[in-house]
Amino acid sequence: MIPSAQPLPGRAKLAIRDLSMTFRGERDDVRVLEDIDLNVHEGEFVCVLGPSGCGKSTLLNIVAGFLPPTSGSVRIDGEEVHGPDSRRIFVFQERGVFPWLTVEGNIGFGLGRLSRQDRDFRIAHYVQLVGLKGFETAYPHELSGGMKQRVEVARALAVDPDMLYLDEPFGALDSITRLVMRGELLRIWQAEKKTILFVTHDIEESVQLADRVVILSARPARIRRIVEIDLPHPRDLSSRRYLELRDGIFEEIGLAHRI
Amino acid sequence: MLWDLAIRVSHVPLLPGPVAVARAIAELAQKGFLLKHIVASLFRVTWGYLLAVAVGIPLGILLAWYRRGGLAFAPLVEIVRPISALAWIPLAILWFGVGDLSAVFIIFIASVLPLTVAAMSAVANVSTTHWNAGRNFGLAPREIARRVLLPAILPRLLVGLRLALGIAWLVVVAAEMIAVNSGLGFLIIDARNAGNRYDLVVAGMVLIGTIGVGLDAAMRRIELLPGVRWGYAGSAEEAA
Repeated sequence: MIPSAQPLPGRAKLAIRDLSMTFRGERDDVRVLEDIDLNVHEGEFVCVLGPSGCGKSTLLNIVAGFLPPTSGSVRIDGEEVHGPDSRRIFVFQERGVFPWLTVEGNIGFGLGRLSRQDRDFRIAHYVQLVGLKGFETAYPHELSGGMKQRVEVARALAVDPDMLYLDEPFGALDSITRLVMRGELLRIWQAEKKTILFVTHDIEESVQLADRVVILSARPARIRRIVEIDLPHPRDLSSRRYLELRDGIFEEIGLAHRI
Repeated sequence: MLWDLAIRVSHVPLLPGPVAVARAIAELAQKGFLLKHIVASLFRVTWGYLLAVAVGIPLGILLAWYRRGGLAFAPLVEIVRPISALAWIPLAILWFGVGDLSAVFIIFIASVLPLTVAAMSAVANVSTTHWNAGRNFGLAPREIARRVLLPAILPRLLVGLRLALGIAWLVVVAAEMIAVNSGLGFLIIDARNAGNRYDLVVAGMVLIGTIGVGLDAAMRRIELLPGVRWGYAGSAEEAA
């Protein structure tokens, strides 16, 4: 038995209300999101979980201000979102790294307003944090997928945002690198106290990372259920509670946990 | 070698041998014509090409940026593009007379549309992810143009620039045959008209080919610079 999360008291950092999205097609309109209501609290780590193509990336793009919703609203700190904002950084898969800039250039991309000295200091700090020391002047095409992903995370963190939006950030990585990156993200989240909205189709990933997992249905996506992951970090991936929560989500999505 | 052999074997004096051509080039150099013709041709190409770059690339970027304007303009581009620049020679002479200006105009006409089209397709190919990443960091449109758009299109743009320079170099020869009285194109037509000096004709051809290869090689070197090399994935560089 897994508990459905109760809304936490206090004001939400992010409030999504009655959000719907329809893409106008050539012949038919495609309804992607339907009546999404969600609150995310300051410092919370929320995973949005759903099958491929269900619209979870669309949801994240709307929250980030890249797409206007068809109806409904997204508010952050009570203010309606009308476009992207450097206080909330979107981390794409490693595709988002600028290939024409070095590691340093990428990490310093959002730091144009700082003095040279402050900028260099910040860049050095985040190069260190994501373990890319020695690769400062390398170009992305000289790096592995995992390293590029870390460059993107560092570029996002360097501008000190309140929130991070991650869109299947580790999807293209091999399974070992993926595990390492999850650990690093959790370490950074705990150290820097960011609010994180993390989109994934990987059930295990969501249970390993999140405070709450928002399960979406197939298209048009609605929220099927919100599951609270009441496990302290670091999480024991063979504990009874972990397996119980994981299997509960498998069941919720309608998958037999056998292959 | 093969060339020399073929001519000795065939006994047909339709093509001068390499020795004769080398002698002709030496003769040109001695009389001071060699440098004069080369400089004249390069001068026209430089001006026509730079003008085309200055007009074609901003135009292409603007047309791609304001998609509606681009759509209105596209049919015009498509109709004008297949007209050989050489078809403009009569008009060029009518407007600019016989002289450098005509030749520069023809080179401009030949290379401006390929550059416009190259710039348009380069902008259209910038990934949405890079746009969004740029917007996310709170950059003003001008900053996005400078720090995302320009670097993102540069690799494709350089390919367009290289191809257009090739076209400009092709066209200068034809323009010089008609519109002026110096340059490598003039050298060829003049050598034929003034006494059937086919050794000089072939000398001109060899010079044109050599300089063409040199220009292309110079442009290719730019494509190896670190800020643009990423754009040529699948090249030997990437495979190494």
